Amino acid sequence: MEFSTFLIQLLNGVQYGLLLFLVSSGLTLVFGIMGIINIAHGSFYMVGAYLAWSLTGAIGNFWLALPAGIVISVLIGMLLEWLVIRWLYHRDHLYQVLLTYGLILVVEELRSVLWGDDVRGVDIPKILSASIPLTENQSYPVYRLWISAVCLLVAGLMYWVIQKTRLGMMIRAGASNREMVQSLGINIQVVYRVVFAAGLTLAALAGMIAAPVSAVFPGMGNHVLIVCFVVVVIGGMGSVKGALIASLLIGLVDTFGKVVTLAIGGFKVLPELSSMTVYVLMAAILLWRPEGLFGKRL
Amino acid sequence: MGDNGSEKRPELSRRGFLKAGAAVAGVAGIPAIARAQGAKMKIGLMLPYTGAFAAPGIAIENGFRLALQEAGGKFAGRDIEFIKIDDESEPSKATDNINRLVTRDKVDLVLGTVHSGVAAGMIRVTKESGVLHIIPNAGFGPATGALCAPNIFRTSFSNWQSGFAMGVVMSKRPAVKNVVTIAWRYAAGEEFVKGFKDAYLKGGGKVTKELWLPFPNVEFQALLTEIAAIKPDAAYAFFAGGGAAKFVKDYNQAGLSKSVPLVGPGFLTEGVLDAVGGAAEGVETTLHYGDGLETPKNKAFRLGYAKTFKLQPDVYAVAGYDSGLLLEAGLKAVKGDFGRKADLIKAMENAKIDSPRGPMRLSKAHNPIHDHYLRKVVGNENRVAGIAVKALDDDPAMMAACKM
Repeated sequence: MEFSTFLIQLLNGVQYGLLLFLVSSGLTLVFGIMGIINIAHGSFYMVGAYLAWSLTGAIGNFWLALPAGIVISVLIGMLLEWLVIRWLYHRDHLYQVLLTYGLILVVEELRSVLWGDDVRGVDIPKILSASIPLTENQSYPVYRLWISAVCLLVAGLMYWVIQKTRLGMMIRAGASNREMVQSLGINIQVVYRVVFAAGLTLAALAGMIAAPVSAVFPGMGNHVLIVCFVVVVIGGMGSVKGALIASLLIGLVDTFGKVVTLAIGGFKVLPELSSMTVYVLMAAILLWRPEGLFGKRL
Repeated sequence: MGDNGSEKRPELSRRGFLKAGAAVAGVAGIPAIARAQGAKMKIGLMLPYTGAFAAPGIAIENGFRLALQEAGGKFAGRDIEFIKIDDESEPSKATDNINRLVTRDKVDLVLGTVHSGVAAGMIRVTKESGVLHIIPNAGFGPATGALCAPNIFRTSFSNWQSGFAMGVVMSKRPAVKNVVTIAWRYAAGEEFVKGFKDAYLKGGGKVTKELWLPFPNVEFQALLTEIAAIKPDAAYAFFAGGGAAKFVKDYNQAGLSKSVPLVGPGFLTEGVLDAVGGAAEGVETTLHYGDGLETPKNKAFRLGYAKTFKLQPDVYAVAGYDSGLLLEAGLKAVKGDFGRKADLIKAMENAKIDSPRGPMRLSKAHNPIHDHYLRKVVGNENRVAGIAVKALDDDPAMMAACKM
């Protein structure tokens, strides 16, 4: 591999990793703070993409559709927490998996009724539609760089809110001892509602900003969901920092796993087995640290 | 038969009686069909009505119904009764669903389906039970290869065919000396790539590298960088649905469409052109159907379809329509008597279908032999630019595997 190609692949890996972080951070947040396993997380990624498509069509401007989509996502999140999620806090993880799996089916059906089953697309906003030439025949869309910037911004914002603000303090306290926080006069119900809405909005936001470079189609969240779980497991359940590191690791391993040629003893390993690289990485890390990179000791 | 010989007298007289009865019935305006008088032919529609393939499923049913409507609501005087089942494109439910149609509803023919995995499950049951089966989409090779059976027909295509057609086109272009292929690594992806290679390598071309992606992964960026580094004369890609839309967009945004022309089997640009905006402009594909086929048959078909369903027909609707024509041809030969299965099958085998796609007949393995067109994306149409291969038959390896 030429050095320039290597650098571009590095960029591809980091860029993919950052987008993964944006999707999976919501999942790890909801699990770490509320103890809820949300299987329907990928569906909200899809909902975000469809929101971007329908709102851009209705409003005619991606930049107005984005905040509108965020507001709608927050409202959906709060409604869902009030309607279904809050009954799960004192229940076993199995109930959570069952209920959020049911949510997947409901969301898929609603998507089919509301938006249909066709493949849709969102145009890249004009201001970011340029490409930067990298080599004589390949260029890099500015929009992809912008996605990375948004992901970094969200990561910084999450760190600041959780570590430096009063709300963040309540969130952290609620995560470690729900009853104690409640008896200190903090309405933990509201805190949880905010956290769940934030988690859902992060997934939807990822779907919205990915919509112009991706396509918008039924089931697009399913693949993302599996990788998100790998991110959360590698990074450590509930650790946002871990999710960031794990996302970047997966982005790089997945990217290079597809293009590096590797043979052991005449048996072609890569790229033939590239679909397994991410899972092999997960297995290796779990052997070394069963709690994940930044998870609480089990 | 049985018209002479004194030992057959009792039967003769019964026939005579029936004939007389039928004649009376004919006078009374009732169709004069001797056997199973008035019995409808039961057709099971096992198609996806929900999920990602709902649109093709509905198009296939519409196409079939259009053929029936044009025949006057009956095929060769035979009334048709439909029994519908939503297969959800879910292979794990295929066996249950097809058994329900064959065992419980006792259908005389099943039409299905879009998804190859589901169709494979259907074939296992129809092959054994012998119930007539028309496949209106699923393009996996073994359906008319190792799994073939006298009662199983396909009116759509085989994956290998549309790949092969593009291989022929590319091998005739002197400027295209080496190609990189990229596809999902699963059965269909491998068949589309094999078809291309079978034609292109034989024509003297060289496949520099085969790039594969696990199905249904849509993270293409790393492989696009590979293509840019290899700098082939063309890239041959197979993806479908949402994955195809994303691939075409990513390919264009990476700036590759300027230096490495993108080509593929027809499904790369089928049903996604509205979603990708202008990103697919100029992409060339091969398929047995396309936009702007100016034959009288196709014009009439498109007009009739649009009028009846208020929708534009597509390649799926064509296969549904041709399934209807195929059955009609068979029933005509046996005068609507679908109990004469052997004769019905023989007539369907030998049918020459005047399809909207052009002339079509069936191979010994019951796969369509039909022209493949070279199409080029212009605006939101897959415009036909010419014939890529005339009367293309299926993969010889598949045909050799078909024992019947």
